[in-house]
Amino acid sequence: MEYLREVLTQQVAGYDQLPEVLQIFLPMLLACLLCLGLVALVPLVAIWGERKVSAHMQDRLGPMRVGGWHGWAQTIADGVKLLLKEDIIPAQADRLLFKLAPLVVFAGGFAAFVVLPFGERFIVSDLNIGVLYIAAISSLGVVGIIMAGWASNNKYALFGGMRAAAQIVSYEIPTVLAILTVVIPVGSLSMQEIVRAQSGSVFNWFIFQPVTFLAFWVVYLGTLAEVNRTPFDIPEAESELVAGYHTEYSGMRFAFFFLAEYANMFLVSALATTLFLGGWHGPGFLPGPVWFILKAVALVFVQMWLRWTLPRLRVDQLMHVSWKVLLPISFLLVLAAGTLALMQEGAP
Amino acid sequence: MSVTDIVFILTAIVTVGSAVVVVVSRSLIYSVFSLLFTFFGVAVLYVFLGADFLAGAQVLIYVGGILVLLLFGVMLTHRLYNLNLTTERFQPIAGTLIAAAVFASISLAAFKTKWKLVGEKELEPTTQQIGEAFLSSYLLPFEIASVLLLVALIGAAMLVRRRTDV
Repeated sequence: MEYLREVLTQQVAGYDQLPEVLQIFLPMLLACLLCLGLVALVPLVAIWGERKVSAHMQDRLGPMRVGGWHGWAQTIADGVKLLLKEDIIPAQADRLLFKLAPLVVFAGGFAAFVVLPFGERFIVSDLNIGVLYIAAISSLGVVGIIMAGWASNNKYALFGGMRAAAQIVSYEIPTVLAILTVVIPVGSLSMQEIVRAQSGSVFNWFIFQPVTFLAFWVVYLGTLAEVNRTPFDIPEAESELVAGYHTEYSGMRFAFFFLAEYANMFLVSALATTLFLGGWHGPGFLPGPVWFILKAVALVFVQMWLRWTLPRLRVDQLMHVSWKVLLPISFLLVLAAGTLALMQEGAP
Repeated sequence: MSVTDIVFILTAIVTVGSAVVVVVSRSLIYSVFSLLFTFFGVAVLYVFLGADFLAGAQVLIYVGGILVLLLFGVMLTHRLYNLNLTTERFQPIAGTLIAAAVFASISLAAFKTKWKLVGEKELEPTTQQIGEAFLSSYLLPFEIASVLLLVALIGAAMLVRRRTDV
C-alpha cells in the first residue's frame, strides 16, 4: 500500500495537494478494489479450469462453445445467469441470517487476500502478524458456514454446516502447528520476511529442507480439508447431503459461496507458496508476481487433480486422519524445528 | 476529528452495539452470532492499542474456537426462539441499585485514573516480547494455564470415551 501511495504521489499531478484523509484512503480503496477484482477473477478462471481439467481426466471435452476458443467464456455466461436468477429464500428460513451468511463467508476469504505477498512490493499490507492473521480471519468462514446451515432450516444444510465446522476446526490445529515449523527458523510472522528468508537459490525454499519438507505435506493436506475439497468434501457430499450447507441457496447468494470456495482454494495455495515454495522468488526472466501466481496455480491444479482422482473419506476416517495422524506428526515437526533452531544458535 | 478518531468511534459503536444485542436478544442464536461482531470489535481495539499479536490471537481463539463451540452448544439446545431468559425471582429494585453502583464505580475508575498517554506511536512487533515474557517472568502462570487446559482436555476425553466394561 505504501508503494501504491508512492506511485500515486509521483504519477498523478496534484495528488499531494489533496486532503490528507483522501491521500490515506485512496490507496486503501484502490488496493481493496484490486483485491476484489482478483477474488472475482480467480474463481472465474478456476471454475473454467476445473471443468476442463475434470473433463479431460474423464476423457470428455468439457465446455467448448461459449466464447469460441475452448469455451473460455462459459463461466462468464454462468455468472450472468446466476446474477439474473430469482432470489429465493425458503419460507421457514431465518431471513436475516440467511442473507448474512454468504457475505460472512465471502468476507473471510476476501480479507485474507490483503496479506498475500504477490511480489517484493506488491502486497496490500505486510502485517507483522501476517500468518496469524490468515489463520485467524479464515475462522470467519466457519462461522458463516454454520450460519448458512442453521438459517436454511433444512436438515441437510444443517448437517453440512456442522460437518464443515467440525472438519475445519479439527484440521486447523495440525495446519497451524505445521506452519510454525516455518515461523521458527524465520523468526517472524510477516509474510514478506518468510519469503525473504527463502531468497538466494532454489534450495533455500523451505520445501527443500528436511523438517519443513514434511510440514509442507501436513499443511497441504490440512488446507485441502479446510477448503472442503475432495477427498475431504464430506460437508457437501452429494450422495448424502444434497449439496451441504448451501442446499437452499440459489442465484447470487449461491454464487457468493461458490466464489468464496474457489477464492479460498487459491488462497491456501498462495499461502503454501509463500511458506514453502519461495513466494515470488524465481529465475529472473519472469517478474516476481508472475512466479507467485504460477506456483499458486500449479498447487490449485493439484487440488483439482486430487478431486477427480480420489474417492471421498468417511466422517470417522476424516477425524482419524486429523487427530491421530496429522496432529502427532505436526507436534513432532514443531519439536524438531525447535531443536534445530536451538542447535543452530548454539546452546543457550 | 482525525481519521483515527472516526475509525475508533465506528469500532466502538459496533462492539458495544453487538454486545447489547447479545444481552437483549430474544433468541439465543442471534445472541451468539452477534458475539462475532463483538469479538471482532475487541480485536480492532487491541490493534488501536498496538497489540497486534493479541488481536490476531483474539480472533483466532474467540471466533475460531470459542464461538464455534458456543454455536454447537446452542444448536443442541431446543427452543431457540422467543426464549424468556429471566430467573424465577425478579428483584427490580435491588438489581437496578447494584447495576447503578457497578456502573458508577467503573465510570469513576475510568475518569479518575490518570491514564498514561503514549500518543501516536509506530506499531512495533509485539510477538517476540510476548513470547519472551511468557517464558521468563510469567513462566509459572503460563504453565499453570497449560496444565489447566490439559486437565480439561483429558476430562473431556474421559467423558466421551467408549465404555467397554458396561
